[in-house]
Amino acid sequence: MCGIFGVMDKRRQMMDGSGIRDALSIMNERGSGEGAGYVAYGIYPDYQNCYALHVLLDNPGKSKAVVDATLEQWGAIEHEEAIPTCDQPNLRTTCTPWRYFFKPDATLAPGSTSPEKDIITNLVMQINAAQNGAEVISSGKNVGVFKAGGSGAWPEDVANYYRIQDYEGYIWLAHNRYATASPEKWERPDPFNLHDWSVVENGKITTYGANRRYIESFGYTCSMSTDSEVITYLIDLLVRKHGLDINLAIRALAPPYWDEIDRMPEAEQKLNRALRFAYGSATMNGPFTIVAANPDMMVGFTDRGKLRPMVVGECDDRLYIASEEVAIRAMEPKVESITRPAAGEPVIGRVAP
Amino acid sequence: MAKKVTIDAKGVHYTPLNQQVRKAIADGAGEIVINNVLGQRFIGNGLRGDATIRVNGVAGGDLAMFMSGPTVIVHGNAEHAPGNTMDSGKVVIHGSAGDAVAHSMRGGKVFVRGDIGYRGGIHMKQYQAQRPILVVGGSAQTFLGEYMAGGLLIVLGLDGVMKAREIGSGIHGGEIVIRGDVDDACLASGAKKVPLTDEDRARIVPVLREFADDFGLDAEPLVKANYTRIVPASARPFAGKYTWE
Repeated sequence: MCGIFGVMDKRRQMMDGSGIRDALSIMNERGSGEGAGYVAYGIYPDYQNCYALHVLLDNPGKSKAVVDATLEQWGAIEHEEAIPTCDQPNLRTTCTPWRYFFKPDATLAPGSTSPEKDIITNLVMQINAAQNGAEVISSGKNVGVFKAGGSGAWPEDVANYYRIQDYEGYIWLAHNRYATASPEKWERPDPFNLHDWSVVENGKITTYGANRRYIESFGYTCSMSTDSEVITYLIDLLVRKHGLDINLAIRALAPPYWDEIDRMPEAEQKLNRALRFAYGSATMNGPFTIVAANPDMMVGFTDRGKLRPMVVGECDDRLYIASEEVAIRAMEPKVESITRPAAGEPVIGRVAP
Repeated sequence: MAKKVTIDAKGVHYTPLNQQVRKAIADGAGEIVINNVLGQRFIGNGLRGDATIRVNGVAGGDLAMFMSGPTVIVHGNAEHAPGNTMDSGKVVIHGSAGDAVAHSMRGGKVFVRGDIGYRGGIHMKQYQAQRPILVVGGSAQTFLGEYMAGGLLIVLGLDGVMKAREIGSGIHGGEIVIRGDVDDACLASGAKKVPLTDEDRARIVPVLREFADDFGLDAEPLVKANYTRIVPASARPFAGKYTWE
């Protein structure tokens, strides 16, 4: 089941995390109290030129030393500290959340069109794939993921643990997990993030194996055994590496059925056929609603058969995407526009330049 | 004069809220008004009798599930599956509703003034005198009447284009009546269009009048309109798909 929530302010006006916590918590019924998480853009203005690395450390001594050494090899740590937390009676803490503000050395990735992001990508893959007791859970500029798993990890417990009300962001995504398959580790629940992109998902991608083999053939390493990790990397590949417009990227991931393509005008048919042929192995099947964001936009889309809910709200400068209308109303009682877009109609909100 | 009870649902979880509703009915309330509803699930679940429950706000999922008798009127929208496996009684929603409206409904009526989401009327069924009715004032989405086994599903399309495709996917009983023409391409395999006969019209007219009356609409244009009737092409639509003779 799972509950997801996203809000974006088109004029970058800041929202503190308390409203997002309330919106997610009202959908507690959609979760099982075994994982929740939040991601926000705009929270680190003092370090906006650094990549903020949020890392879950099994051991603040030994596992941290491995991360320190890896980072120093690829750039400079401008600042680092423990992420402030507040123990919650029901939440069992199994790791130490740490953050680094890091500047990669671009000269170490010669020939790349986005050297810093390539370095960050490789760093994240390397640290997460190794058995070193450290997992990087977010790695972008001015963005951070806060999440926890295991029993007692209800949305409000996780929010209060990370003091989410102390952060102000202009885009927030949040996820309330209904645990099904993977173990209850803190790095496993959504959101997932890789530098620019963050993803929350309500669903079950049945093509996980094919999608994972596809993304790994481009040098990404999947080490979390979960859908959203693959989705995050797919979006990074299609948008950053292949230069696809977000509309086309979504169309590649959740394409129209063949018989729908047959009914399109000829030029559109050609485009859609080409996309399906080129990205057949990136196509995701199974039930899902996905909300993704980068520093400039928030997007939402569902599987083609629409097996998961997606409700969209608009109010002044704010765009909301949620599993249930009530989550939107919990944060914005005066919202007037509530819609339920059809499958194949992505919702794309962009921040004003 | 039936006893009236007012309940404030602000910040109340659905369990204590529904306990209050049950207690009110046990105490003989004929009308229950629930204010400030914000997504509380299961309102009216399994209730019997003939009380009227007014929901002011957004009703949560599975409204009136297994309900047998009462009337639930929602002044606002409803989330997924209002009327889920409802037995008898009536649900009137003045706004729109989410996916799987009237899921597996067995009897009674669900009227939605606005739109409904995907899979409206999924697996509605009928047995002898039990014949559920779902009427939608606005549009329905794709997979309307999926696996439908019985009952009557009417979509009026009062607010613009009807969006449903794959109508009647796996339908093997009951009927879907849609105002206006329906493109053949919108029908799923296993569903077929037939003309609406005078007898059919006579059968649906009382339902249309009741719907118009509940929402303050003029019934005459609805009574006179053209309708497309969609019924199962066979009683075993997937006989060749899942079994081999």
